[in-house]
Amino acid sequence: MIVALLVLVPLAVLAFAWAEPAWEIWAHLRETILNRLILNTITLILGVLTGTLLIGVSLAWLTGACEFPGRQFFSWTLLLPLAMPTYVLAFVTLGIFDFAGPVQTSLRQWFGSEVWFPNMRSAGGVIMVMTLALYPYVYLLSRNAFQTQGKRALEAAQSLGCSPTKGFFKVALPMARPWIAGGASLVLMEALADFGAVSIFNYDTFTTAIYKAWFGFFSLPAAAQLASLLVAVVFVLIVVEQHLRQRMRFTQSRISPQAERFHLIGSLRWLASGYCFSVLAIAFLLPVFQLLRWTLFIFHEEFDDRYLERLSHSMILGLISAALIVFVALLLAYSSRRHQDRWTHLLIRTATLGYALPGTVLAIGIFIPLAWLDNWMIDFMRNNFNIEISHFLKGTILIMLIAYMIRFMAAGFKPIDGAMHRVTNNIDEASRLMGLRGVNLLLKVHLPILRGGIFTALTLVFVDVMKEMPITLMTRPFGWDTLAVKIFELTSEGEWERAALPALTLVLSGLLPIVLLMRQADKT
Amino acid sequence: MKQMQRLVSTFLFLLVLSASTFALAEEIVVYSARNEQLIKPLFDAYTTETGTKITFITDKEGPLLQRLKSEGKNTQADLLITVDAGNLWHAAREGVLQSVQSDILQQNIPEQYRDPGDMWFGLSLRARTIVYSTERVKPTDLSSYEALGEPQWKDRLVLRTSKKVYNQSLVAMLLAEYGEQETEKIVRSWVNNLATDPFSNDTKVMEAILAGQGDVGIVNTYYYGRLLKKNPDIKLSLYWPNQESGGVHVNVSGAGVTRYAKNPEAAIRFLEWLSSDKAQNLFADANMEYPVNLTIAPHAYVAAWGDFKASEKNLAIAGQLQEAAIRLMDRAGYR
Repeated sequence: MIVALLVLVPLAVLAFAWAEPAWEIWAHLRETILNRLILNTITLILGVLTGTLLIGVSLAWLTGACEFPGRQFFSWTLLLPLAMPTYVLAFVTLGIFDFAGPVQTSLRQWFGSEVWFPNMRSAGGVIMVMTLALYPYVYLLSRNAFQTQGKRALEAAQSLGCSPTKGFFKVALPMARPWIAGGASLVLMEALADFGAVSIFNYDTFTTAIYKAWFGFFSLPAAAQLASLLVAVVFVLIVVEQHLRQRMRFTQSRISPQAERFHLIGSLRWLASGYCFSVLAIAFLLPVFQLLRWTLFIFHEEFDDRYLERLSHSMILGLISAALIVFVALLLAYSSRRHQDRWTHLLIRTATLGYALPGTVLAIGIFIPLAWLDNWMIDFMRNNFNIEISHFLKGTILIMLIAYMIRFMAAGFKPIDGAMHRVTNNIDEASRLMGLRGVNLLLKVHLPILRGGIFTALTLVFVDVMKEMPITLMTRPFGWDTLAVKIFELTSEGEWERAALPALTLVLSGLLPIVLLMRQADKT
Repeated sequence: MKQMQRLVSTFLFLLVLSASTFALAEEIVVYSARNEQLIKPLFDAYTTETGTKITFITDKEGPLLQRLKSEGKNTQADLLITVDAGNLWHAAREGVLQSVQSDILQQNIPEQYRDPGDMWFGLSLRARTIVYSTERVKPTDLSSYEALGEPQWKDRLVLRTSKKVYNQSLVAMLLAEYGEQETEKIVRSWVNNLATDPFSNDTKVMEAILAGQGDVGIVNTYYYGRLLKKNPDIKLSLYWPNQESGGVHVNVSGAGVTRYAKNPEAAIRFLEWLSSDKAQNLFADANMEYPVNLTIAPHAYVAAWGDFKASEKNLAIAGQLQEAAIRLMDRAGYR
């Protein structure tokens, strides 16, 4: 509970900004750009949600429940785009496909200057890039659902005369709903909070207004007020979704054996492979290839021995926070299971909202109370003990860990919460009859069931922390530069090509845990 | 439980210890919105020359400013380095900088490039000027920023987004020159002439002109320099506008001593060193900018782009009018 409250502090800081409403800035925004921004934002999230659900769920079903050539290979490679920060994918995609990029330039050379090509810097372009960058969230979670769903229910459906297709829509899909909803809400929050990708496309969304209020009008209160509206919207959406499935239960009577896969036949097999391959190619292979090309040009002037230091900082932060956050998420999920009352649920939902805030705004929300606490401690020590201490929180990585926890609780919580639905009340009762209680129950019975969910959560958090930029920038102690900091250094002055080296390193080092964890998870 | 407590207290003790090992030798702490690769060589040179150690952290302007504010009198920072006069002006207004009396700084830095209250000082100059395709535009067709709104540039103008502070400062300076109504008319005429939606950075603007998406644009000089360095035969050239009137819009990167600096004297000495001969070249050349100290010649590579008359208005105006400029651009539909 304390943890949940801790997460609430920055949200409270934001809400506090309403103490001095900046009506004047609101009026200006409403008169000029707000309508367009809201329309843009709605278009964006609807598009990205549709896109990620279609791609994510279909891929998960194919690799999780069907059999076709290359299934095993695709089953883990399709996760790789997870390691690709959205802003990097956005930049690379524009670099390749925009008017001045190689694709359109060659087309013009071959077919003359009148050749038609869709305008990349448009709603469609942003939606495509974000869909490709974010579908792994849906994919990872729903795949976990399909894999653990077992066979019984589908078999029952088939014996009642359902075709596999019908079985999918009538049985498998509804049963996977908590997972899919979890993945979709992560996507929704990411898309709403994104600033990097939309600013590369110069596509104005609600976040644009937040940043404009802050960096343009230098009104942090106005920015915080706008941001708190964003959080409110997400909160309402999550509560509504919760409410809709409140009366449903997703537990199964027993853990049934791993289902036998549907063997796709004929051209369908190759269609499946081709589909998986094209997603992989556009979302991962092509951008990595482009990054590699750029890296080759600049490697000799950009690479220095500080790279290993940055890499190790990124890895250390990712590992520690992944472990910490997943541990706390387990506690939260567990207590939400133990206490079935409304307030516990509400509190826990709120605790995951940090994910929906634009990173920089959240960074401020975290930094202000922590800086205050730090100052208070310094003064306290000075006045009472006459000891000069330095910044206690800010001088260490403690502040980073706290901040990451507030930001990424959702990424740790959603997969575990989904997996919790697999622990049936029957299991609990049976275990209790056998004399297993408390920690023993958790370790011996729950943990093995939750294993898949925990792996998913670890992967998501680790990769998210590695990619994270604003909080890292704001809270890192002197000298704790990471790969993301290096990317910021280069991109803030528009040197995207030179940022290819840290970006590529980030992607590659993010891959390793994904591959390891996937293999591990698949073994169970 | 006892053991746990002991473990925790030892851990906390170690943390405090590790955090307080700072502050031994003479040291300056810098918060910088200018990139590491542009400032680190200077810091290293200063440390070699004087023995003063420089610790620094980089971030965006907004968060750095907020960081200074919330740290208050316990801040570790002695010096704030940032780009754009508007940002410097805001830092001064938010009360995180202090006024510095230094004859050396007064002498080295022209009046229009430092704060009237001596809260901040420009350290390098960059011009925001017109770039054009040498294949499709005759330089004689160009004259001023405002003339880019003329009908002859219909569907030929390429701009960067109005969300970038460089454009906000440019429009703020136009506001100071022409007033609200006239400036809004100019910005509207630009928007009307746009060949395509505004780009997210200056390099993309020039790449679009090269690819034939448009013919003229407005960019900072060093972005042009970078492109030129990669490809010396590039079909682009710079044009210096408003030579008969107010002059080219220039902007600064600069610095100010923080209000609660632990070591203000050392920070001022460092600032003075930065405004002097050798450091000026190091500072400017690192990013192909112009030295702010006008007695020092720019790098030959930069000087080759030609001489120009720069605007003589004090850059503090860019800060004062920034908000008005943003509102104006929002009204004019300049994204």
